[in-house]
Amino acid sequence: MKNWRNHLGLLVPLLVVAGMVLWPVATGNLSNRENSFTILKAIALASSLNILLGYTGYVSFGHIVFYGFGGYVGLYFVNEQGWSIWAGILVGGISSGLLAFLLGKAILRLRGAYFALATIGINEAMKAFVNNFDLFGGPIGMTLNFSVYRAYGGAAEALRLSFYIMAGLTFAALILSHLVRTSKFGLGLQAIRENEDAAEVMGVVAPDAKTWAYVLSAIIPGMVGVLFFFKNGNVEPHVAFPLHASIELLVMVMLGGQGTVLGPIIGAFAYQGMRGFLVTSPIFKDIQLSVSGVVLLLIVLFIPAGAIGWLRQRIPSLRRVLA
Amino acid sequence: MTVLLSVQGVTKRFGGLQALTHVTFDLPEGQILGLIGPNGAGKTTLFNAINGIYPPEEGRIIFREKDVTTAKTYDHARMGMARTHQIVQPLNDLTVRENVMVGACFGRENQSLGHATDTAAEVLNFVELAARSDQLAGSLNVAQKKRLEMARALAARPYLLLLDEVLAGLNSSEIGNMVEMVKSIRERGITIIMIEHVMKAVMSVSDRIIVLDYGEQIAEGTPEEISNNEKVIEAYLGDPKLAEKLLREQED
Repeated sequence: MKNWRNHLGLLVPLLVVAGMVLWPVATGNLSNRENSFTILKAIALASSLNILLGYTGYVSFGHIVFYGFGGYVGLYFVNEQGWSIWAGILVGGISSGLLAFLLGKAILRLRGAYFALATIGINEAMKAFVNNFDLFGGPIGMTLNFSVYRAYGGAAEALRLSFYIMAGLTFAALILSHLVRTSKFGLGLQAIRENEDAAEVMGVVAPDAKTWAYVLSAIIPGMVGVLFFFKNGNVEPHVAFPLHASIELLVMVMLGGQGTVLGPIIGAFAYQGMRGFLVTSPIFKDIQLSVSGVVLLLIVLFIPAGAIGWLRQRIPSLRRVLA
Repeated sequence: MTVLLSVQGVTKRFGGLQALTHVTFDLPEGQILGLIGPNGAGKTTLFNAINGIYPPEEGRIIFREKDVTTAKTYDHARMGMARTHQIVQPLNDLTVRENVMVGACFGRENQSLGHATDTAAEVLNFVELAARSDQLAGSLNVAQKKRLEMARALAARPYLLLLDEVLAGLNSSEIGNMVEMVKSIRERGITIIMIEHVMKAVMSVSDRIIVLDYGEQIAEGTPEEISNNEKVIEAYLGDPKLAEKLLREQED
């Protein structure tokens, strides 16, 4: 009974995402599937960022580097070495995790704004590196050889498969987020978020805990990158490492509520909805990113805890359900 | 009597400031050691050195027969050293229970979450905060936050507890409660070093007292010896014979 209640916080997020997966399946509409894919991708990325931002309290402005780097590595093996998409996703996730491990050792000793600045620098440095790295196609990037799709029953089938893999990755991101949140490791991360010095005095080995949080937050973005570039059929440096996408992820996590499992889902959903409206509106279509900036500003000023955090503060009895 | 902590010739400088000069003492298991001295005497610096926040330039710190001079503060915690802070450091957005669980989970016993929940309940009961377990730590008042600091430290099941001015800012009835609490912690077999400005309290609970002044150890002894020590009185009140001396000089 007690165990069951501990996992109540995962129930609502799983149901929301399950609904989003079933919506295009039930309607059988391809454009719904594309929309759903975009939202699921945003949820998976935002939930991963939340492990670092929400639980550990470290702001990363360059989290998209893991998506781009993992994606590049995975696509390289799928396209040039003839690996299956499954193996490609695996190697993408592992290489992003490794990158995070090495970066973590180097920059996680920085705190606050300095860490945030370092993450921007890393994203830009990686973009410049890939731009000049011939194995990955340099500035032209890589275009998927369409014969690759044949192994999956043609392009249409490959795209359908991609959607289900995306759904699987999103569920994995949620479960990972929940497990971290409810574990002893997660308690240590939250202690670091609240007061790193006090946490260390209490015995939390902050350097190790932060590094692992960074690694865990990087693996799924790496996998999502491989899948997205596989589905897209090509990858270029500016598509793989867009700085503004990192900031959009921050807005999603902040909007929904950092440090909760449900928050990034609500945030990703709301943000993608808003974005969909803005890019099609004649007035806002060119200044869509400025609107995101204003939204971020308003959140930070008025509801720093995000939508879920705000609800939890108003209605304490929801604390257990809205984990 | 086994020595739990041995501080040997510890010296700490901050730039040109000599914060600690060859501080040396042995602390037997089960005692309460009072650490007193005027503001800026180096008391909290000594705590930080013992606790591994910043390692000393010279000297050694031996804890349970291991040299911990350069060990990190989290290593100290895992070996059984816990402390409270002079300026309370609650984890504001976590509940009172979660705060205490952090202490239990990452302290000496490295408890699992389930075990830590039980420990937290027991310790919160002891410090009389059980009713506030589900409240956010940030919403407590100062006296409660001090007790939370104490609870977090105790949940780690330490051998040695460093208390940094747990009585400061409390009213007299709260002081009475806290002193009783310190005494019953000692009865559990936990060795304590306490920094304190409330003289009556520190004199009544300490087995031994060390006095620091400008980073130097100017006196050490039982509470009675300390209260009659001229150097100590001078450090706190100025030279007691100053008036006499001045009168004599005038006569000459």
